[in-house]
Amino acid sequence: MAHIENTDPNGYKPNQEIFSEVLQQLAATDRDIIAVTSDSRGSGKLVPFGKKFPEQIVEVGIAEQNLVGVAAGLAAAGKKVFAVSPACFLTARALEQIKNDVAYSDNPVTVVGISAGVSYGALGSTHHSLHDFAALRAINNITVVVPADNFETAQATALAAKTNSPVYLRFGKKVMNNLKEENNDAFVFGKGRVITEGNDAALIACGETVYPALQAAKLLAEQGIHVTVVSMHTIKPLDTELLAKLAVACKAIVTVEEHSVYGGLGEACASYLMQHGLHKPFRIMGIPDEYTVTGSQQDIFNHYHITKDGIAEVVKSLLI
Amino acid sequence: MNIKELEKKSVGYRKKILKYIVGANAGHTGGSLSCIDILNVLYNQVLNVSPQNFTSPDRDRYIQSKGHCVEALFVVLADKGFFPEEHLETLCKYKSHYIGHPTRKVKGVEQNTGALGHGLPIAVGNAIAAKLDKKDYKVYTLMGDGELPEGSNWEAALTAAHYKLDNLCAIVDKNSLQITAPTAEVCNTDPLDEKWKAFGWAVKEVDGHDIQALKEAFDSLPFEPGKPSLIIAHTVKGKGVSFMENNLKWHHGVPSTEEYALAISELDNSMQKAAV
Repeated sequence: MAHIENTDPNGYKPNQEIFSEVLQQLAATDRDIIAVTSDSRGSGKLVPFGKKFPEQIVEVGIAEQNLVGVAAGLAAAGKKVFAVSPACFLTARALEQIKNDVAYSDNPVTVVGISAGVSYGALGSTHHSLHDFAALRAINNITVVVPADNFETAQATALAAKTNSPVYLRFGKKVMNNLKEENNDAFVFGKGRVITEGNDAALIACGETVYPALQAAKLLAEQGIHVTVVSMHTIKPLDTELLAKLAVACKAIVTVEEHSVYGGLGEACASYLMQHGLHKPFRIMGIPDEYTVTGSQQDIFNHYHITKDGIAEVVKSLLI
Repeated sequence: MNIKELEKKSVGYRKKILKYIVGANAGHTGGSLSCIDILNVLYNQVLNVSPQNFTSPDRDRYIQSKGHCVEALFVVLADKGFFPEEHLETLCKYKSHYIGHPTRKVKGVEQNTGALGHGLPIAVGNAIAAKLDKKDYKVYTLMGDGELPEGSNWEAALTAAHYKLDNLCAIVDKNSLQITAPTAEVCNTDPLDEKWKAFGWAVKEVDGHDIQALKEAFDSLPFEPGKPSLIIAHTVKGKGVSFMENNLKWHHGVPSTEEYALAISELDNSMQKAAV
């Protein structure tokens, strides 16, 4: 697998590293902050957390079902719990624990899916999580959040710690540039973040696909096509108010996600638009229903055209 | 409450379990009758839990992993004053909070359960929290022997031993029957004591219908300092009603009017004997 640098010249980092830094800041002043890990503290960037706060990390070994059950028990006893494990295992193997012990029992655990999507692209389907939005969208009482950049990640982590209900946070491994130069947006779950504005088309993306969507918008702007780019960081509850506004204002809508085209952000948007009579040319970009190609995350994005050029082409095809 | 009084309470609980299962025309009869003596001793002798302290962070925690035997739990919670007993007349009725598995909508219930193999991991989390907070409360969970093949139990068993959770007690209601056949035929988990000991637990075996023996076992917790405790309670599915005992039919069988009358008459006889 391609080596991924943890820092870049601008100081940007992988979102999961920002998550760990913010969690350390929170834990320093709140002893109830607990990280639960399943031999996942390395990939979760939680080694420094464990060193600084040995009393605030619970290690259960490679046992994801137990990870989530234990997290629920800790939360029931008043702890502010972050259950951290690769998204591929956490949201499949421990899905019943997320459904019953966290969501149904209303234990305010933040379930943290790390190295999500195709972050582990070369490791094959066992290590891809392209089903998690679909699975968790269908479970009542859990907020599903996919931060795009370092700013959103920091905000989402702090907000999850304050939220007294179940949350799913999903991060990848890639260094994520901030989407805006000024990061003074209000960040709340359930409200999409508008990155650029334009009325020719709307690009609604989440997580690590917002950045290529933004690049596509810049390319299109050079060609006189002005696009609104939204980081729809909360998949559920979906910001339907913003979605409706975009559907009225824009000539076409394209959604982009690092997830199966089934059951994710795109279908959530499509469902709302269809049921509210908001019919515009519409396309879902994501991973098709096939044995997913392997390679680095970027190789896979290239293969499925989740790139500046690929996204721009789809937008243009809808505007003809 | 002395042993005699507790024994009479168990008979009364059994009558109520059957009454509300008949009223609902649904329920897990055999398992509720096998675990009721355990719940009786827990709620009347062991647990520091009451309607008054139920929101206190210092209360003991009881999580019923074998959630399908909710009728036993509801009857005991009603008796302890968590809610008026007549609420159980709505058991399994449209929009009733009193559904066929424990739910936190009912006061006194700690966790929503029903899917098997979930109680122990949650109890482990509770017990770790108690240790972190340096609190003295104890955590109890009741499992059925039929749910032990669920792998999550064994994951949690490892964690409990690793964290030296001597504030945790798991009880196995070993009635040796499950929905398909005897547990030994479906998936033999014997010898249970050796398995749990190998996982780092301290184990005691008791007659799960012997109130005195159950009380003594709970009174001697933790069985070993630094180890989680397991009580293997040997029980009889359908205990207390002769034609229900050790009979698969009563896993979730609902008595007919005649069967109900016969069962109540047997239990009334038991009550008279217990009173002597």
